[in-house]
Amino acid sequence: MAGLHIENLSMRFDLPDGGSVQALKDVSIDLKPGELLSVLGPSGCGKTTLLNIVAGFLAPTEGRITLNGSRVTGPGPDRGMVFQQGALFEWMNVRENVGFGPRMKGMKAKPKREIVDHLLDVVGLRDFKEKAVYELSGGMQQRVALARCLANEPDVILMDEPLGALDALTREKMQGLVLKLWKETGKTIVLITHSVEEALLLGERLIVMAPRPGRIHKEYNLPFADMGVGRDLREVKKDPRFAETREEILSMIWNMEEEIMGSAGEPV
Amino acid sequence: MQVIANLWGELLTVLTAVGTALPYILAYVALILLLMVVWSGVKRLLRPRHDYGSLKTVKFGDESAVASNTVASVISIVLIFVLWGAFTGSRLLPGFLHMPGPFQGTATFDYTLTGPDGATDDATVTVLVHPADVTTADPEVDPGTGIARNDSIAIGMFRSALLRVSDNDEITRDDGAEITAIDGSPIAPGGAVRTGFGHVLMTPKGTLNIAPSAGWQMEPIWLPPPEAVWSQAVTIARDGFRGASLWEHLGYSLFRVVVGFLLGALVGIPLGYAMGLSDWFRGWFDPIVEFMRPVPPLALIPLVIIWAGIGETGKIILLFLAALWIMAIAARSGVSGVRISKVHAAYSLGASKWQVMRHVIIPNSLPEIFTGARVAMGVCWGTVVAAELVAAQTGVGMMIMVASKFQNTDIVLMGVIVIGIVGFTIDLGIRWLERLMVPWKGKG
Repeated sequence: MAGLHIENLSMRFDLPDGGSVQALKDVSIDLKPGELLSVLGPSGCGKTTLLNIVAGFLAPTEGRITLNGSRVTGPGPDRGMVFQQGALFEWMNVRENVGFGPRMKGMKAKPKREIVDHLLDVVGLRDFKEKAVYELSGGMQQRVALARCLANEPDVILMDEPLGALDALTREKMQGLVLKLWKETGKTIVLITHSVEEALLLGERLIVMAPRPGRIHKEYNLPFADMGVGRDLREVKKDPRFAETREEILSMIWNMEEEIMGSAGEPV
Repeated sequence: MQVIANLWGELLTVLTAVGTALPYILAYVALILLLMVVWSGVKRLLRPRHDYGSLKTVKFGDESAVASNTVASVISIVLIFVLWGAFTGSRLLPGFLHMPGPFQGTATFDYTLTGPDGATDDATVTVLVHPADVTTADPEVDPGTGIARNDSIAIGMFRSALLRVSDNDEITRDDGAEITAIDGSPIAPGGAVRTGFGHVLMTPKGTLNIAPSAGWQMEPIWLPPPEAVWSQAVTIARDGFRGASLWEHLGYSLFRVVVGFLLGALVGIPLGYAMGLSDWFRGWFDPIVEFMRPVPPLALIPLVIIWAGIGETGKIILLFLAALWIMAIAARSGVSGVRISKVHAAYSLGASKWQVMRHVIIPNSLPEIFTGARVAMGVCWGTVVAAELVAAQTGVGMMIMVASKFQNTDIVLMGVIVIGIVGFTIDLGIRWLERLMVPWKGKG
């Protein structure tokens, strides 16, 4: 049973005031090795909760997750995480950050250095090896985070809005890098984002989630990620199908937000 | 009710003291402002600055445009020494900067004695004002003739003296004679006459109180001049004080601080980590730490003396307690300040609990721990001095306490300066260590 299997996942937790929140309800996703799934949805739809459960930071109240046949019960090096920002270790330089996973495994210095050097080449930070991470720009920091994750050779990479804090230009560049790394390494990737464009560009598959309770609203299989590999992503965005899907998803999310607002209080 | 009345009286006393000091404070502020105006004039004459800050048009309210003015700092320090010297008649300052000093030397005044029969006679009083620490005999004078006889008196500088001038006269006070004028100006009991060297006052009973002018300068017993303090420092550094050299006194104080602080950190940091990592430990120690933290270590001095005596053990226990809570709270907030994504990232990269502790939690808490260490060292230094004031055989605190009992104000001042310098140096040292060990502080 290769791949990542999320079966009937539900998550419900009690609030201090006696009520309870259904964060996720009956979510099932099957990912084959090498697939790139983007998860999109309005805030509060449980997409980060879903990712945290897959990463093993949270336990679901119902359902199960298996990765390559074994059940997920906690965090592990088979599932790498890339966070939005601030997850690098400031007390280590770039090289030490990237080499953290191998070091935890007790890898010898020489093979570790080879992995680190290779990955820093891949993400284009060869000359920044000895820099402190706080001396780097936001885009460079996320490159380090990607390299650190890859250095551990995880089966699945979980990305929690990894490009969310970057400016528009850097973000586009990084999207190209993510696509390139995906194709070159053949990793399974789950990408959480709130940018519809990013979800379309990078997601081979795309899940739109709806809130209250968090659930899968609609699923797409998209051609854009394959089109985008090795190409200017702006070309992909000019594709009429891209614009059409984007509009469809935008109005879907728009309607969800309207619904939330409507139920939250009386119309003004 | 009585308490409120007492407190009201005390408040009035304080306000009166402030009111008395106010002209001096205002003069000081005016001097600083004057120098500010002078400097801004001078600056305009120098080459104009063209850095980014000088081009800002909005400066008032923009805190980032306010940098500490080095010139003002230099003036501030120099001015303190100049004022100190001016009001103590320091030899380091040129004489024209001195405030008027006390009268010194020989002066005379005449008094007029009126007998019960209305006969009057003048006599001269010779006043010799000498340095207070030199015993001087009353100068010899010719008693002269007439019903009033000449007198003489030696008075120490800054002092005044009562003199019953009529005691050697032909008709004394007991015979009904009265002094009616000083230097020709009439005087009555309770009155005063200004003379060339100061004042001559008359007590209600008719005795003359001779008060040579004290000037504006401070008596060395209140405020010795800078050079006296310096020479005391040199003397004590060379000869020691109460059987121990200055360095030994300092060494004892520092030893207590360092050992107490290290013990406090050694226990407090793991305690803080335990409180940050386990709900049981947090529940266990929270009440203790939160209660002990606001208790000033100084309030524990009597208890520690009762329990452990006045030796080194008691002082180290005291400083241990002073540092313990601060370090525990710093370590706890260092742990709770760790971004959860860092911890998650480390677990996802295959780190064990111990590795997360070693590579994430401990380094992440270092900036907080250094902040705590600076506070703790400051408190420890203050506490050790206070503890030595209360009871000790050695230490800088003991030195100034003993010196104050013998009115060696110069030693007291020297001790205060040494304590300040050492405290400042300790803080600088920790800041230096902090830059060295946590260069990422504030950049996460």
